[in-house]
Amino acid sequence: MTQKHEPGECRCSRGLTRRGFLSTVGAGVAVASAAGKLAAQPAASQGADVLPSAEMTPITLNINGRTHRLLVEPRWSLLFVLRERLGLTGTKVGCERGECGACTVLMDDLPRYACMTLAVEAQGSEITTLEGLMRGEELGGVQQAFVEEDAFQCGYCTPGQIMAVEGLLRAHPEPSQEEIQMGLSGNLCRCGAYVHIFKAAGRAAQLKRGQ
Amino acid sequence: MLPNFSYVRPKSLDEAVRHLDSPENRIHAGGTDLLGCLRERVFGVAKIVSLSGIQELKGITETAEGGLRIGALATLREIAESPLIRSKYPVLAQGAAEAASPQLRNQGTLGGNLCQKPRCWYYRGDFHCLRKGGDLCYAMVGENAFHCILGGDACYIVHPSDTAPALVALGATVRITGAGGPRTVPVEEFFVPPTQDLTRETVLEHNEILTEILLPPPPQGLRSSYRKVRARRSWDFALAGVALALQFRGEEVAGGRVVLSGAAPIPWRSVEVEEVILGKRLDAETISAAAEAVVKNAEPLAQNDYKLPLFRAIVEEELSAIAKV
Repeated sequence: MTQKHEPGECRCSRGLTRRGFLSTVGAGVAVASAAGKLAAQPAASQGADVLPSAEMTPITLNINGRTHRLLVEPRWSLLFVLRERLGLTGTKVGCERGECGACTVLMDDLPRYACMTLAVEAQGSEITTLEGLMRGEELGGVQQAFVEEDAFQCGYCTPGQIMAVEGLLRAHPEPSQEEIQMGLSGNLCRCGAYVHIFKAAGRAAQLKRGQ
Repeated sequence: MLPNFSYVRPKSLDEAVRHLDSPENRIHAGGTDLLGCLRERVFGVAKIVSLSGIQELKGITETAEGGLRIGALATLREIAESPLIRSKYPVLAQGAAEAASPQLRNQGTLGGNLCQKPRCWYYRGDFHCLRKGGDLCYAMVGENAFHCILGGDACYIVHPSDTAPALVALGATVRITGAGGPRTVPVEEFFVPPTQDLTRETVLEHNEILTEILLPPPPQGLRSSYRKVRARRSWDFALAGVALALQFRGEEVAGGRVVLSGAAPIPWRSVEVEEVILGKRLDAETISAAAEAVVKNAEPLAQNDYKLPLFRAIVEEELSAIAKV
C-alpha cells in the first residue's frame, strides 16, 4: 500500500499552484466563506446543496493518503484537478473520452479513467495516482518492473499502464496471462510495446510478492 | 473542458426526482456515457443530478421468490463478478464482462448501460442528424459499416449495450420511479425503436429514474450464454452478438429467447430463430436452419452486409455449444 508522507516530504507538492489550491493548513477562512455562500443557495427543500454552475465550491479529496481541500467547479474532471490544480502530472491527458487509459488512477483500489470522473464525484474515495506508488525516493514494485522489462518506448501511456497493473495486482496478486491481458485491455500503447508491458505486469507480481 | 452545469448529489430517491424538474437536468450514475455525450456536445445540460449518494440503488440481492434484484447502480464489474449471477444467469455475467474496458466496468452501472445513448458516429459527431432533430440520417448513404441490418427505419443506429440483450433474453423487468410514481416495465418493452419514436431510445421520461433490475427465478432447465464479436479483442462495441436463454427439457428446447446485439436499434429478439428451435433437439439440421433464419429478414446497408455471415456463424456456434452443456 501507499506510504503516507509528511507534508514537507511530499514529492508532489513541487507542482502545487497557490491559486485555487487550499492546503489543509490555513484553509479555514476561505472554505468557511465559500460554504457560507453555498448555504445561501436555495436547495431543493432541505436536501443536498446544489453546487452552482461556473462557481468555485470547496471539496475534499483523499489522494495518495493525503487530504486535500480545494476549490473546484462542478464541471472539472478529476484529471484536470490532479494535473492543473494539484500539480500531480504523473496522470496523463490522452483522448479525454474514456478510450485510451493514459489518465488511469485508482479509486478505492479500482482502476478508473480520471478524464471520465468528475472531481466532485471523487469525494469520499481513496484516490491513488502514479506519485502514490513511490516509496519515498524509490520506485514502487510495478514501476520497477516496467524499468526492468523495458516496457515502453515513448513512455506517454506508461503511467496509465502502471496504474492499470497496480489495480490488477491489488485484486489478483497472481494473475494469469489472460488476466493480465484483460486487465490491461483498457490501456492503449500506440508504440505497440504490449509484449513488454505484459511481461512487466508478470514481473511486477513477482516483485510485489518479494521475489 | 465540459460545458458548465450545476451539480447535486441527493441522499434519497424522492429528492433526486425533485431535481429532475426540467428536461435540461440529467441523471449521473457512473457518468461514463453522460460525460462523453456532454464533451461531444450531443446534448446540453443545466444541472447534473448524481445518484451516487443514494444507497438504496446499490447492491445485488436474491428475492424471496428465488430471483434477483439488482440495484441500478451496481457496476458492470460487480455484475460480471457476482457469484450469484455467474451461476444462475451466466448470460448476464458474460454480457457485463464483455462490455467496455476494466476501467469503464469499474465505473459504469447496469442502469446506465441500459440508458446509454447510441454510438452512431453521426449522432455523436457534429451532424444535425434525424435523431438530433435534423431531417436526414447520414448513415443511410454515408459510412454505415457499423449500423443496423434489422429494425432500421429512417434511423439506422445499433443499440450499444451488451447487458440489455441478456436481460431481454432472461425476461427481466426494470423498476422506474418518477414524479408520477413507480412503475414496472419488462426490459423487452423498455427500448423504443425508431419505427415508434425517433427522438428517444427508452420509455424513460426526463423526470424518471431507473431504480432496479429484477430477474425472475431461473426456470427449470435454463441454459444461457452471450457471444460477442468485435473488430478487436481488447475492447469495442459489438459488430454482432447473440444472447441465448433457453429452457431445455431433456435435449429438446422447450422455451426461451434468442436476442441479438449489434443488429438493430434496440436489443433484437430473433423470433425467426426462436420459431426454428422451439420444440426441437439442437441437431445439425435445426442449427443450420436457425443460422439461416437469423438473417432471413435482414436489410443490410451498403457497407454492412459482412454482418450476415457473422450472425449466421455465431448463431450456429452458440447453439452448438449450448446443446452440449
